[in-house]
Amino acid sequence: MVMTPDAEGSTLQLRDVRKSFPDPGDPVNRRLVLSGISVSLAAGELVSLIGPSGCGKSTLLRLIAGLETPDSGELLIGSEAIRRPSAERGLVFQDPNLFPWLTVRRNIEVGLVARGLLQEKKTEVDEFMRLVELEAFANAFPHHLSGGMAQRVALARALINHPKVLLLDEPLGALDAFTRMRMQDEVLRLWSARRSTTLLVTHDIDEAIYMSDRIIIMTPRPGRIDQIILVHLGRPRHRSNPEFLQLRGEILELLHFAGGERMKSGKAHAPIM
Amino acid sequence: MIVRNGDEATAVISPPKPPPVSVAASLRTLSIFAGSVALALVVHLIVARNEPPLEMRFYTIFLGSVLLIAVITAPAQILWARLRQFRQNLHPILTAAAFLLCLWEIITSGVRLLPLPYFPSPAKVLHSLITDRMLLFDSTWHSLLLLLSGYAFGVIAGLITGLCIGWSPPVRYWGMPLLKVVGPIPATAWIPLAMVVSPSTMFSAVALIALAVWFPVTMLTASGISNTRASYLDVARTLGAGRGYLIFRVAVPAALPNIFIGLFMGLGASFLTLVVAETVGVKSGLGWYVSWAQGWAEYGKVFAALVIMAGFFSTIMTVLFKVRDRMLVWQKGVIKW
Repeated sequence: MVMTPDAEGSTLQLRDVRKSFPDPGDPVNRRLVLSGISVSLAAGELVSLIGPSGCGKSTLLRLIAGLETPDSGELLIGSEAIRRPSAERGLVFQDPNLFPWLTVRRNIEVGLVARGLLQEKKTEVDEFMRLVELEAFANAFPHHLSGGMAQRVALARALINHPKVLLLDEPLGALDAFTRMRMQDEVLRLWSARRSTTLLVTHDIDEAIYMSDRIIIMTPRPGRIDQIILVHLGRPRHRSNPEFLQLRGEILELLHFAGGERMKSGKAHAPIM
Repeated sequence: MIVRNGDEATAVISPPKPPPVSVAASLRTLSIFAGSVALALVVHLIVARNEPPLEMRFYTIFLGSVLLIAVITAPAQILWARLRQFRQNLHPILTAAAFLLCLWEIITSGVRLLPLPYFPSPAKVLHSLITDRMLLFDSTWHSLLLLLSGYAFGVIAGLITGLCIGWSPPVRYWGMPLLKVVGPIPATAWIPLAMVVSPSTMFSAVALIALAVWFPVTMLTASGISNTRASYLDVARTLGAGRGYLIFRVAVPAALPNIFIGLFMGLGASFLTLVVAETVGVKSGLGWYVSWAQGWAEYGKVFAALVIMAGFFSTIMTVLFKVRDRMLVWQKGVIKW
């Protein structure tokens, strides 16, 4: 666990969060998506969330972002309950969702314009353009950008608000393997510069180990926290370090994806309960 | 004569060094254009012998000056690459236009294939255009005023209702059925009613044009707004956007391509309604002019007004295209224009 005094981030606490949605196939019962989620993130901590699809990872992020409200349970930023979306909780999706009608610079400015702070924080825009190395593309429209560049703009757009919590919903999922690894370093660099408390949803175990302080493994339908793994490796990490590989093996084993005997016994795809 | 001129021009530039292909090619195409204009002129001079010379002279002057310009620009374009480019692009269409004028004159004044008072020759149309220019100008001006006021009201109303229906589910619930039932009625169908209830024909014409514009603008604005990608709105919310930002800085720009389709459809509807309104009620404008000239069996004037209308409406359409190109510049490269 990383605790730095200068972190911009804030603690994030979830207490017994439960969320269900109406089931289109069943008018009477609701479909339970998240059940009894309790976890605390320290200020400035980077935590990954992994688990099979449909385990409610994205829903959990949307709850923290304030885009959804829980059926029951508490979500706290510091000591304040989350009620609605706010600039203090930035969200970045797999699709960068840049506004195609705005240039790169204007996209990054969105958070400042929306909060009426553009005039006083004009210089900060330049700073963030530099931080994500996109000064040359300031006046380009998003469709001229590559996937990695677009995602850097999306990150800068979220970070310019100095969010206390940064929510990343598979932000690197759509990128090719090389771009992805480069962007992992990029995200780590941005994170260590600002120390927002970061929750990263990913499908990639390597990514989770490479980047996070802790890894939360979730079970599917309804989503529950199965395990929380402390990544006790120092930074910067090395992908082929023996300890890295050992941890990777353990997590694969936990998720029943290790292969070998389990394959033969036919339990390879058994759901984790 | 023309061909020789073209040859001479080529000869002038060829000795010092071989001319670029584009110059030679453009001179060739130019001579075809000049030739087609000369042909139209010759045909006109032959055909016009039997016509009153006073009515013919404008057209003779017109063809003569086009020919002159064609001949003069031949040497000029050798020196001026931009002019050459311009002429090269426009050349086929201009040649076709000259041939068309020629053909028109042959089948009207020439062999009298079409019943005569109803289908005047291009020379007669040009004569009417020039002799009656004051009234035509006045009519165009009145049409423009009527069109713009009706269109402006329609667009403003359409944007407001479209925005409300697209954004707010309750407004959508109550507004959409009304829109779907009342909207498709052609605005011109309201004319009898409008005549009775409205204080003045001018007022009712503005209202009818506005109504014709309002429907497509509302429809397309509403669908554009309600189809705004949910993730754009989610992103904006997590960046601290309030309702005003979500509506005017996210939903509206996202809907803008759709809104412009509505604006174009509305413009087409407004042209139609304008002409009908001017034909049946309003006592000015191009629509009125056409029916007035037709009443006097002055078909030269009818066609003159149609020519003006073509230019008038297509200019307004072009202006709207230019506005769209400016406002939707971000779409360049995303979609095919």
